[in-house]
Amino acid sequence: MNLRRDVFQAIADPTRRAILLLVASQAMTAGAIASNFDTARPTVSKHLQILTECDLLEQKQNGREIYYHINAKQMKEVAEFIEPFRKMWDERFNKLETIMKQYKQKNK
Amino acid sequence: MEQKTKIHAEDGKQDLFITREFDLPVELLFKAHAEPDILEQWMSNPYATAKALKFEGKKHGSYQLESTDAQGKVVFRSNGVIHEFNLNKKITRTFELENAPFGVQLEVYEFEPLTDNTSKLNMHVIYETAALRDQVLKLPFAQGLNMAHNRLQEVLLALK
Repeated sequence: MNLRRDVFQAIADPTRRAILLLVASQAMTAGAIASNFDTARPTVSKHLQILTECDLLEQKQNGREIYYHINAKQMKEVAEFIEPFRKMWDERFNKLETIMKQYKQKNK
Repeated sequence: MEQKTKIHAEDGKQDLFITREFDLPVELLFKAHAEPDILEQWMSNPYATAKALKFEGKKHGSYQLESTDAQGKVVFRSNGVIHEFNLNKKITRTFELENAPFGVQLEVYEFEPLTDNTSKLNMHVIYETAALRDQVLKLPFAQGLNMAHNRLQEVLLALK
């Protein structure tokens, strides 16, 4: 794998992040993915190539069509993928607590 | 250290529970969910600023939230309606991420006083299907990467 093609590079681009979110919900063909963006089709193809090269997406042949899937190895089971979700809420709630404690001080 | 925020999500179910105890009186915990200017503050993070485009904290009210990145680009918008708004006790609302294929979720927030200065939030989130719930749970996977990337970028910029 080309060193430049790392995960960080792959997700540096907002279109590629949007593609990941889109394909996370269902496997799609390149055409179906491209139809969600105003970007030119070859540009979307380039994005798909980069995401595939760094193993975030994988291609599966289904008849004449090639579908892009989120790479199952990158996707974890409920117990594992729940941790970032929990962390996100935990950070939000920590912030809520700090803000409201300050609020309490100010309004004493 | 015990984790403050707990998530209970059973395999194959279409809902999940989030619970958290706060070192705050229940009135302040409720206020943080009921006043848009406070909500904006704790929903924001170093990479995304939350703004309430609309927020009617009342029964039959509705809301629309927007998150923008450091460049002012809209990252996402969400909206919903408030079904129940029971001061210091309970908020029932819907939540929908705009332009995303995740459907509408029903959120029940129960605010529980523990002592005069501590309280507990019990959130029950119900998704349209079990598959949709799991897809939404996977979202922070991408957000996490995004944040990791932004942090990396900050570190690199600092080295410049």
